Amino acid sequence: MSQTWVTPGGVHPPENKHQSLTQSIGVLPLPEKLVVPLNQHIGAPAIPCVEVGQKVLKGEVIAKAAGTVSIPMHAPSSGVVSAIEHRPIAHASGMLAPCIEITTDGEDRWIAHEGVDDYELLAPRKLLEIIANAGISGMGGAGFPSAVKLNPGRQRPIHTLIVNATECEPYITADDSAIRERAAEIVEGIKILSAILDHPDNIFIGIEDNKPEAIEALAPHVEGTGISVVSFPTKYPSGGEKQLIYILTGKEIPSGKLPADLGMVCINIGTTYAIKRAVVNGEPLISRVTTVTGDAAGVQRNYETLIGTPVSHLLAHSAFDEKACSRVIMGGPMMGFTLPSADVPIVKTTNCILAPSYAEIPDDEPAQPCIRCGMCAEACPVSLLPQQLFWYSQAQDHERLEAHNLFDCIECGACSYVCPSNIPLVQYYRASKSEIRKARAEKVKSDHARERFEFHKLRMEQAEREKEEKRTARREAALQASAAPSNPSSSVPSSSAADIIAAAQARAAAKQATPEQQQAQLERTIAAAEQRLIVAEQKLAEAIEKGSANQSVLSAAVENTRQKLEQAKAKLAELTA
Amino acid sequence: MAFKQVTSPHAHSAQKTSNVMQLVLLATVPGLVALTWQFGWGSIINVLLASITAVVCEAAIVHLRGRSVAFYLSDYSALVTAVLLGIALPPLAPWWVIVVGTVFSIVIAKQLYGGLGYNPFNPAMVGYVVVLISFPIQMTTWVTPLALLPEGVSHPGLIESLHIVFGGYTPADGVTGATPLDSFKHSSGLLVDQIYQRDPLFAQGIWAGAGWEWVNLGFLLGGLLLIAKRIFTWHGPVGMLGALALMSALFWDSGSSTSPGSPVMHLLSGATMLGAFFILTDPVSSAVSNRGRLIYGILIGLLVFIIRAWGNYPDAVAFAVLLANFAAPFIDNYTLPRTYGHTDRRRATEKEEG
Repeated sequence: MSQTWVTPGGVHPPENKHQSLTQSIGVLPLPEKLVVPLNQHIGAPAIPCVEVGQKVLKGEVIAKAAGTVSIPMHAPSSGVVSAIEHRPIAHASGMLAPCIEITTDGEDRWIAHEGVDDYELLAPRKLLEIIANAGISGMGGAGFPSAVKLNPGRQRPIHTLIVNATECEPYITADDSAIRERAAEIVEGIKILSAILDHPDNIFIGIEDNKPEAIEALAPHVEGTGISVVSFPTKYPSGGEKQLIYILTGKEIPSGKLPADLGMVCINIGTTYAIKRAVVNGEPLISRVTTVTGDAAGVQRNYETLIGTPVSHLLAHSAFDEKACSRVIMGGPMMGFTLPSADVPIVKTTNCILAPSYAEIPDDEPAQPCIRCGMCAEACPVSLLPQQLFWYSQAQDHERLEAHNLFDCIECGACSYVCPSNIPLVQYYRASKSEIRKARAEKVKSDHARERFEFHKLRMEQAEREKEEKRTARREAALQASAAPSNPSSSVPSSSAADIIAAAQARAAAKQATPEQQQAQLERTIAAAEQRLIVAEQKLAEAIEKGSANQSVLSAAVENTRQKLEQAKAKLAELTA
Repeated sequence: MAFKQVTSPHAHSAQKTSNVMQLVLLATVPGLVALTWQFGWGSIINVLLASITAVVCEAAIVHLRGRSVAFYLSDYSALVTAVLLGIALPPLAPWWVIVVGTVFSIVIAKQLYGGLGYNPFNPAMVGYVVVLISFPIQMTTWVTPLALLPEGVSHPGLIESLHIVFGGYTPADGVTGATPLDSFKHSSGLLVDQIYQRDPLFAQGIWAGAGWEWVNLGFLLGGLLLIAKRIFTWHGPVGMLGALALMSALFWDSGSSTSPGSPVMHLLSGATMLGAFFILTDPVSSAVSNRGRLIYGILIGLLVFIIRAWGNYPDAVAFAVLLANFAAPFIDNYTLPRTYGHTDRRRATEKEEG
């Protein structure tokens, strides 16, 4: 008997498991239509690879995995694809999501499939491929693709494999009944997992002590395998991954880390059965055990249910009394969510359909004020202060909420369960978590916007500076041009301006270094001046002829041009002398 | 088919706030029985009068606030405040002392702060301190315990008690007197042993003081019942009683004439057990976490001893609790539990890194 550790908090709601355990796992008549949602798992939705009107066989791939963290979907029975469209799915929000509808033909004809007899001989990579292709995602809760979970990478060797058979939620008996009837196959599935993980040192099956029949059923099969069945006192929520790991190993997964970071993998026991069927029998995941229970269901038992079976089909075969039913829950009474209607399909994570009577789960009473009695803190399995979280949640004090570790809340509902004031605490935490996530996303967005704006400002300033520099340069050039030629005395520049002019003159002088260049320029100047002189003299002659009023101006221009011509000629003479 | 949409969890335990309050009321019975046995009908009259006043006040204010009177009265919280205040007030005190105290508790200390769950101070203790400061003579007159009544004198009967409370009749000689804590405080200059021999209040007692020891044992019994029923945890009471016992042991001074008294006397006198199990366990005005409540209890124990030993008042539970109420939010900031997956306890004001 292995040592176990005790988690803080926890509650003991009435178990209500016996009702659905009076009969063995049943099989329902084939539904007329099966609706397979494309996103039953964490990750990208699968991509349909069939067309409306296409015939499909049982087990045929109807949607392909979209990338690594995704899984393919298979036809749960043979028939014709009758629709590929958005349908209501099992989600707390009652949202629509892409689904493939198959109208069954009643033949339930399998596609050719084949398993492997000796999986020990296959490389882990090959086994993971089979599991991925079989569309297996975790069947306990979140639905994380199993092949991804079982492949934590070489840098994180796995020393402990934990198989979660806790099933701590009241009412649900899907795992319990599966273990009772299929222990051999489940243990074989665990052996496959062991082979994939290169035979970890410890393999535990964690199970609550309220399932003695299941423990007994496992015993002969685990003998001599190195797999230990560890039972521990029943307490909700012992089946949470983090809680179970602590119970079995005494280790806590650091906040924000994964079990694989500590060399552990935790997998639901229903998933191990699906893995066995996939590897040894070559069957993809197209059905699962689902409990139908609650007093509004006349027949309470477990069914091997095809994925895509409408909930209404299950209820119709369970003598469901709608009037007596207070709500229809997918999952258990602690963490399950209510269904808006019975038209939604069973998916790979659906372990239970709970249809309680009003006596079992009455309508909620109005919430009373929180008196901070602290019963919630006593019940919290992760040692939070739910009463403070509630207070800060109402105040929308995000900083305090994060300091009180809101994001470590696993939403198990133990606090709300014990709250004497009927406060829907978990709902407040969910709302606050999404508020904070939204605020974080908005902060990232506004940070980006601010960075963009600041960069834009910087760029504009730089452009302005460059323009200013160019303007200054042009001004200098203009100053130099007007100061350089003949009469620097015409203006009275300030000393600094004079310096600038002197410098510009020096530069100009340096530019005219060679006498050849000076001579050439003077010759060009003389030629141009002679030309201008001729034109000016002609204009003067015309003006005198016409008796125009601008004779004096023109004669002055002629005189000016002549002077410049003479100056240039004198300079040239000087230069060539 | 359309079904009702409700968020999880769907299951709820049967424990309601009204049940919690009813259990607290039930747990006061042993102490109240001991009070009546030792001091006559006065305490029961106090409790009934305070209860009626509290319910009337609560209903009036809830009505003024436009809320459902039936819904808010059904939580029994006003009754708990009234019963605790009635127990704390001296038996046979004039009716207006009880009414003024109760009105102050319910209207000012509770409802004006927002009602149940929002009051920063213990309402019963606010009411108690108001009348203690306002009417010191009425508040320091206590009934003589059964064992000390003079020959041929008994506690007034129910009718006579009602006359005293409502009609202003003066009780017979020897029916009223000092409390052990009061008497002890005014016996400075005597060795503790001498006090215990000379003062009939101690001479007639078995452990701590005639009458009072039974009252304290009664509240201890009721408190243990509440801990067993998980209405509150042991942290607050153990913190207070531990600190009080430790302080009185440290300052015992071998029973010299300046000794503030023995641990047994402090634990079984005055409002010690009532305070430890019924007053400081008021969840609304106390610290929140278990560690916080332990510190909160220790603080109250220290303050009770300091005021009893060196203050002006013979007893100090009400003042100590109110002072600790001030400190509760501060204690809360530094006493967060360590959450799963975290290596350290955090502070409530800590900010996310990065």
